[in-house]
Amino acid sequence: MTSASDSLPTATDDFLKGLWRENPVLVQVLGTCPTLAVSNSVRNALAMGLATLFVLIASNAAIAALRKFIPSQVRMASYILVIATFVSIVDYAIQAISLDVHKALGAFIPLIVVNCIILGRAEAFASKNTVGRSLLDGAGMGLGFCLTLLLLGSVREILGSGSLLGIELFGPSYQDWVIMVLPSGGFFTFGFWLLFFNWWKKRRLGRAGRVAALTGAA
Amino acid sequence: MTASSSNLPNPPGPPTPSTTPAPPVAVRTPIWPMYRAMVGIGLACGILIVLAFQWTKPIIARNRAAALNKAIFHVLPAAKSSLTFRLEASGSFAVLSGKAEGEKVVYAGYDADGKLVGFAIQAQGMGYQDVIGVLYAYSPEQDAVTGFRVLESRETPGLGDKIDVDPGFLANFERLTVELTADLAAIVHPIESVKHGEKTQPWQIDAITGATVSSVAVAKILRESTAFWAPKLRPHLDDFRQGR
Repeated sequence: MTSASDSLPTATDDFLKGLWRENPVLVQVLGTCPTLAVSNSVRNALAMGLATLFVLIASNAAIAALRKFIPSQVRMASYILVIATFVSIVDYAIQAISLDVHKALGAFIPLIVVNCIILGRAEAFASKNTVGRSLLDGAGMGLGFCLTLLLLGSVREILGSGSLLGIELFGPSYQDWVIMVLPSGGFFTFGFWLLFFNWWKKRRLGRAGRVAALTGAA
Repeated sequence: MTASSSNLPNPPGPPTPSTTPAPPVAVRTPIWPMYRAMVGIGLACGILIVLAFQWTKPIIARNRAAALNKAIFHVLPAAKSSLTFRLEASGSFAVLSGKAEGEKVVYAGYDADGKLVGFAIQAQGMGYQDVIGVLYAYSPEQDAVTGFRVLESRETPGLGDKIDVDPGFLANFERLTVELTADLAAIVHPIESVKHGEKTQPWQIDAITGATVSSVAVAKILRESTAFWAPKLRPHLDDFRQGR
């Protein structure tokens, strides 16, 4: 959170911050329960990410539109109502579109209600900003969540099942690391990605700091 | 709901001043906006959900029927057509036209010549976290379960949900014997689940590593369903031949 972006938030800023600088999973470390639970294959990760993206955009827009109507004492209950409604609609819509997709996702859809990224964005952003900005924020955060799930899902599926998107990669001689598709594998992979991103961020900050020092001195 | 929604048309003004002088400690809690927000959002959300439900209900029912139909021909690959039969109180079977819901039914599959190739039977039972619904094929000729498909499950993704895709597990159902005793009253060896790699008998199900609970659940569903249906179907095979 830099002061420059606070004083002058642009549309691209609202959108892009969710992807990287304030990534909901890797930076805010929110919504780790669905992240660990559904990232054991790329297909699951993608479907969950897209369903969450839709709910996040819709609930952010609805809450931003209603923000002057909802008194602060009942805001949490109102947000949960709105979010649960969109989740139910997504549940019915997926069943109507394809039973196969619903079969694959059935267990996760109710999990979206308790995804704290959605409640977090409603409280931290949509309740204080316009509908347009909240839409962009929801899209950015949702895509950030989706990308993180894909990062975890691809590592876990490749190592744990020897395949990517269901396509076998290594042939029959490959011995699956079953632990990677089990919950413990989720923690390992999540820890690994967190470590990697923190290291990368530190390195970038360090480099930026040195450049600033050099230019300041000159 | 009705009492609070009848308040809705009132202008926001009157209730607030009448309630604020009442409490002795002046906590400025405007009651009306809270009511308005909660009841209003609750109503709007309720209507939205009902609309979505009503709108998708016929589509979902159609999808379900199509999926069941597809599953019948999937577990009975030799079948070219199928008929739904209902178990009558007398123990015999009769063709059922119309809704199969809430009835004890089997789906009989026939080949191109109208010869009975087997039955597709729906069964369900408790899995790891919710009910597992399956459809399996029972062949009275082979005295065996010859096909299997999961219709609905909420098993753990990546582990328990393999009961529908794992090739090693599905190989169990190419020929899983449910031999009947001589008087056709009971199954000699009920279906059971054994640890992965320890299958020695044709009535055993080789479980999936990491999905023991789901594998055991499938074995239990099939054991109970075959114990119910096989002794009822075998003595009445003529009912189905006459169906054609």
